[in-house]
Amino acid sequence: MNSDKITKIVLVSVSFLILLIAGGMVFSLVSGAIPSFKEFGFSFITSKEWNPTEGRENYSALPFIAGTLMTSVTALLIALPLSFATSLFLGEYYRNTKIATILGTMVDLLAGIPSIVYGLWGFYVLRPIMVDLGLGNQGFGVFTAGLILSIMIIPYATSLSNEIIAMVPNDLKEAAYSLGATRLEVTLSVTVPAARSGIFAGYILAFGRALGETMAVTMLIGNSNLIPDNLFSSGNTMASVIANQFGEADGLKLSSLIAIALLLFVITGIINGVGKYIIKKFD
Amino acid sequence: MERVNPISYPDHSKRRILKEKIFLGLVIALSAITVSPIILIISKLVIKGVKQFSFDFIFKTTPNTYEAMTAVASGENIPGGVLNGISGTLLMVAAAALIAIPLGITSGVFLYENQGKRLANLVRNVSDILQGVPSIVLGLISYMWIVKHITHGFSALAGSVSLSIMMVPMIVRSTEETLKMIPNSIKEAALALGVPYYKVIIKVLIPTGFSGMLTGILLAISRVIGETAPLMLTALGSTMVNWDITQPTSALPLLVWEFYNDPNMVDLIWSTSLLLMVIVLIFNLVSKKIAKSRQ
Amino acid sequence: MNKNIAKIEDPILSVRDLTVAYDKNEAVKQVSVDFKKNSVTAIMGPSGCGKSTLLRAFNRMHELYENIHITGQIILNEEDIMKMPPIKVRRNLGMVFQRPNPFPTMSIYDNVIAGYKLNGIRLKKSEKDEIVERSLKDVALWDEVKDTLFKKGTFLSGGQQQRLCIARALAFSPEVILLDEPTSALDPIATSKIEEMLINLKKNYTIIMVTHNMSQAARISDYSLFMYLGELVEYDKTKTMFTNPKEKRTEEYLTGKFS
Repeated sequence: MNSDKITKIVLVSVSFLILLIAGGMVFSLVSGAIPSFKEFGFSFITSKEWNPTEGRENYSALPFIAGTLMTSVTALLIALPLSFATSLFLGEYYRNTKIATILGTMVDLLAGIPSIVYGLWGFYVLRPIMVDLGLGNQGFGVFTAGLILSIMIIPYATSLSNEIIAMVPNDLKEAAYSLGATRLEVTLSVTVPAARSGIFAGYILAFGRALGETMAVTMLIGNSNLIPDNLFSSGNTMASVIANQFGEADGLKLSSLIAIALLLFVITGIINGVGKYIIKKFD
Repeated sequence: MERVNPISYPDHSKRRILKEKIFLGLVIALSAITVSPIILIISKLVIKGVKQFSFDFIFKTTPNTYEAMTAVASGENIPGGVLNGISGTLLMVAAAALIAIPLGITSGVFLYENQGKRLANLVRNVSDILQGVPSIVLGLISYMWIVKHITHGFSALAGSVSLSIMMVPMIVRSTEETLKMIPNSIKEAALALGVPYYKVIIKVLIPTGFSGMLTGILLAISRVIGETAPLMLTALGSTMVNWDITQPTSALPLLVWEFYNDPNMVDLIWSTSLLLMVIVLIFNLVSKKIAKSRQ
Repeated sequence: MNKNIAKIEDPILSVRDLTVAYDKNEAVKQVSVDFKKNSVTAIMGPSGCGKSTLLRAFNRMHELYENIHITGQIILNEEDIMKMPPIKVRRNLGMVFQRPNPFPTMSIYDNVIAGYKLNGIRLKKSEKDEIVERSLKDVALWDEVKDTLFKKGTFLSGGQQQRLCIARALAFSPEVILLDEPTSALDPIATSKIEEMLINLKKNYTIIMVTHNMSQAARISDYSLFMYLGELVEYDKTKTMFTNPKEKRTEEYLTGKFS
């Protein structure tokens, strides 16, 4: 066998390992979750109760699905105007200027801060503010977690939309200017519509990030196993409940946590798949 | 043809120009709000963390909670340091890189060589999906694979495996993107000389794209250094310096988490976070620098 | 005749001492010229001579870029447009670009009335319909697209797209239409359609067109302006210039000695 053939085989088999890892993950999660699914069936995602008391054990992911959606949607809604403005700052108003380079680097650094550091900052800085405002359960809750999450996902939404906005061809903008439009009118009626799928994809990917963030949320959401009544109730997300309860878990509880991980895996996979698909179509 | 409908509409130019200015003001204000956390967070870490920085902080292991309590009670700095965290982070990140780099680069080369083919598209999509998997899920996976079946207990290896699964997709992507930018002629020139294919990859493609791949690797490392959640499920933590990959091991982010949960140690969280942040930033900025010098 | 001044009786647009500089490089030097109403004027010259730069100064496009500086006067209907807000100026001087650039997110219909939409002018449906029909008829596109008005403009052929862009500029009924090599990206058939249309349009509009194509200038323009290295070299009736150029550089250019 010649060396070229061997090279090809090595390349294929190593790449195949990636498929194997992903497949193995799905297999392990599914087989780990089976005891829980067998015990609870559909009520695993419909019943409202997560109760570890022995003898009356009942595990349902619903409170955490609700917590995840509430924090992530809150985060997205807060991040939306901020990231939109920042991407216009970077990709349109101050494109290719020094100030944009500095601001862009700072946005990138936001993505570099470890989740646990965000959690600390949220705990020691944001939470006391929430307490002063009389919001939340001692400042903990869905909103506080969503607020810190919004800062964490802004870089993901911003970097993609900024790039796409900067790529809108100049001659389109000039055509709009030549009709007597102001920069605001050009931006909102021509530039942003032309970049809309990229901007949209950026928000989807950012949302996917928010769904799976663990540490900062764990430190701020208040960790209760109930469906949050409102934005200022405490709760748990799918990720934070795994982090919180994994240590003491075995048997049915561990299986239920694995089932939650499986759900999280599938949901983030779908969200990311959709985001990437939109980007690909846009190219 | 007669000229109809000349411009008789008012242009409202004053009002429109005012709107334009208000909007620009809004963009600037919101952008400032967006980046303010980075300044607030770093300054908080520096202000609260610097005073704990000392020789001991870097070169001693964590104190027990009783030692910390006595020190705090008598108004002294908490003795000891985070050496066990530094060594653990070093061990696990190095091991993760050792797993992820060959796997990532080889797959990246495969994707580059098989543009548009079905298997390559599948691998690329799966790799993209892996990149979006929450780190806590990867921790759980590594727990099920390594902790349960290989090291039969919490271990640095389990931590490394979870981190390496995070790193691989980033390295795959940066490798493929970098190679795509290399002019085809360079590769063809080498092949035309009758050089075997694997030599073209090792001697031509990888060296030419080296700095691009390095950027991706450093960025991937900077992303996993701060990871806490997967390590909680896999490496667990340790109060001693440990270099045995099959044993429970600490790491800087794990220490932050432990200090946060121990009222006596709370003074150490800022300095530890600051150290962690500095390391992350160095990797981040170095990779940016390399990326910039390539252009 | 001072070679940098070209006067015409009763002009619609007059330019005096116009200088345009990119940073410190002067691309247009002290140009003074008048343009006649309801005529086609061609601006010619070798590439890099400053012809596009001159054209883009008329509707103050250069002000979109910080490193470009303009001095001089531009007078439209006896008003100095350098003293007006640019957004007002641009409504009176429509512009058509080298490459067709219809707005990709808008339908054909919306592209035509884009000027009104962008300027925040609300129109009644009947007014919109009338403007769209009139503008598309002006560019001889109506019959081709009247059944697909609400499809995206980007599905049209290159020549149709460019006519759509001209219609977009006409929808506002500007005084002057500026065209920057409008046919250079088009095939000969599409080009001749547009040329024919421009000749028709001059009944109602004043047309100023940059072209690198001498025969095009000869075919459709009434006046021709020859530029070289940022200077206005010669300006005359097209027939006169092509048959009897006064300047040596013009003659050399027209006879293909350089391009």
